[in-house]
Amino acid sequence: MSDTLTAAPPAVGAPVRTDAPMLSVRGVKTFYGNIMALKGVDVDVYKGEIVTLIGSNGAGKSTLMMTIFGQPRPREGSIVYEGRDITKVPTHEIAQLKIAQSPEGRRIFPRMTVFENLQMGASVDGFSHFDEDLLKVFTLFPRLKERINQRGGTLSGGEQQMLAIGRALMSRPRLLMLDEPSLGLAPLIVRQIFDAIRELNRTEGLTVFLVEQNAFHALKLAHRGYVLVNGLVTLSGEGRELLERPEVRAAYLEGGAH
Amino acid sequence: MAVQTAETAPAAAKAGDAGSLFAHAFKDALITGLIAIGLLGPLIGFQTIIIDGALGLGYRPGLLAVMVGIIFAGRLLLNLTVWSPNRVPKTRSGPSVFDRLGATVGPGVKPALLAFAAAFPFISFYAMGGWNESRYLIDLGILILTYVMLGWGLNIVVGLAGLLDLGYVAFYAVGAYTYALLATSTPVNEFFAGLLGETFWANWAFWICLPMAGLFAGVWGMILGFPVLRLRGDYLAIVTLAFGEIIRLVLINWVDFTGGGAGIASIPRATFFGIPFNASENGFAALFGLEFNPMHRIVFLYFVILVLALITAFATVRLRRLPVGRAWEALREDEIACRSLGINTTTTKLSAFATGAMFGGFAGCFFAVRAGFVSPESFTFDVSAMILAIVVLGGMGSQIGVAVAAAVMMGGMEMLRNLGFLTQLFGNDFDPSLYRMLIFGFAMVAIMVWKPRGLVSTRDPTIFLKERKSVSGDLVKEGHG
Repeated sequence: MSDTLTAAPPAVGAPVRTDAPMLSVRGVKTFYGNIMALKGVDVDVYKGEIVTLIGSNGAGKSTLMMTIFGQPRPREGSIVYEGRDITKVPTHEIAQLKIAQSPEGRRIFPRMTVFENLQMGASVDGFSHFDEDLLKVFTLFPRLKERINQRGGTLSGGEQQMLAIGRALMSRPRLLMLDEPSLGLAPLIVRQIFDAIRELNRTEGLTVFLVEQNAFHALKLAHRGYVLVNGLVTLSGEGRELLERPEVRAAYLEGGAH
Repeated sequence: MAVQTAETAPAAAKAGDAGSLFAHAFKDALITGLIAIGLLGPLIGFQTIIIDGALGLGYRPGLLAVMVGIIFAGRLLLNLTVWSPNRVPKTRSGPSVFDRLGATVGPGVKPALLAFAAAFPFISFYAMGGWNESRYLIDLGILILTYVMLGWGLNIVVGLAGLLDLGYVAFYAVGAYTYALLATSTPVNEFFAGLLGETFWANWAFWICLPMAGLFAGVWGMILGFPVLRLRGDYLAIVTLAFGEIIRLVLINWVDFTGGGAGIASIPRATFFGIPFNASENGFAALFGLEFNPMHRIVFLYFVILVLALITAFATVRLRRLPVGRAWEALREDEIACRSLGINTTTTKLSAFATGAMFGGFAGCFFAVRAGFVSPESFTFDVSAMILAIVVLGGMGSQIGVAVAAAVMMGGMEMLRNLGFLTQLFGNDFDPSLYRMLIFGFAMVAIMVWKPRGLVSTRDPTIFLKERKSVSGDLVKEGHG
């Protein structure tokens, strides 16, 4: 996987990519009953990138994330992953294509131990390189090693988030999708988690699709970003460039002045 | 009333002296007593009686006074002890007494219980002084073990996979009728008579039908599983409840096939692997050089159900360590997370239903061979409710808890049949058996108040790294684990 490092886009200048995106969301419309939550969203994620999707509450961020995973299914549009149309593929088969997801609200297994949670993460991949992957997760989050035999439900919020990400990594994903990993966490823990994401991207070339409300941290971390407003992408561009945009600053960074 | 104690409590604490404390407690108890008179007066105080052929009103002041007195005294006692403002509430941290007890005696409990279960027929033989005298105890043992097995079977569905199944009795019925129908079927009997001899089917029917009963029940488990794949919680419970009723109603109404409400009688008895338990020369007693005794069959049945139950337990323990078992548990914890980890929740659910149903089918087959008679009467909702109560009271997912709960529930129900001494207390009109379900209900409420997660609430992780560090299930938020 280290060869993907070279494919990672440089952090300066808006990269113009000629290769096909790893994940391509085209014109996706998702409904909850009669309510259109996504009104035709286009998002591309290239190999080796960290891409973030920011937006306020109810903008449809998590809906997009879940739509990519087939829960719910889009009524229109297509989702293509590594050249394969996954719009109608069952959720568990999408996971088997090496997309890992850490869903909103962490969703760890509270009554199972940290170790069992991590085992569940490896169920897609089989257990051929379980020990190796476990070591990697423990290097990334040493706290999880201390808590190995503790029940998931007894962990702190930050530790649960680490566990959710660790569990997702156990399947050796090529694309990691994280839904609001900073939700409800202390700033120090948020920094730890974001550092871990950056580290994964830098050393392993792991492609990350990050949904966040914490726009400042997310845009600083990401190579590229999308701004989602009411089910539509209104802005997109390089992470740091978006950070400077007055409309982004006004809406998401300066106390929500909208 | 609880509000009132809460209001008076700080005032009493400030006053500090015992006199005003007692005054408050007494006043509160008095008010409670008055409320009791108001409520119980019409309910207990009056009684309709027949006077000269017409309906008249009778009065029961004595009974009313006793009831109100109990309530008054109880309230006063509680006010002075448990609800007393001077009482320092116990704050508990770490594992509870039960869990600590479980941790210290834990390793010994299972072998001890197993040894007791294995030795039980012989213990009762010596205790009662003969086989015929111990029949009641061994029958009770068989009944308890049947429910232990059903509890363990349902535990796979409810305790491990978290699918609330109120129709488990359906699979018990499928198992029982599979054996009853096949064993009494004339074409099957004739087929084997022509092939392997006249008595073959009568002697071997149980052993051949046992796996088939499990298989059929498992298939029915999957048939139930398909329509309810998308349901969870209350909705799933309602559909499974309906399923249980449907099976029973089909058994009643499909008279040509099942014999309807009259049931199926003279089902072949169990044999010692082909050797019948009878007084003939080829019988069990003659071949083993024993004196013929009908109890041989009963004792043998006891061991059959013991082995079947142990197979269920062993299979569950093994399955929990396999990917499919761990997927069941993960499914119970969080279905969406499961799917995003690449677990096929459809097959996982179906396998849980099928496996649980299969053990229900084995138990049903055993029921049919023990009773020698099946009818839809035996497969009512009460049985489902009882099995579910055993699983919940035992602590969902806990093997030993379910076994203890089954013994307590079934044994306790039997004990309550023998409450003759109460007639001496309340007079000859008192029928203790009428109060069986009431006492039983109180016991269940009491267990749920003190042990809301069942008798054994700690879930054993399937795997440990390095040392065992026990975290009590009590510490995980209610409803989250």
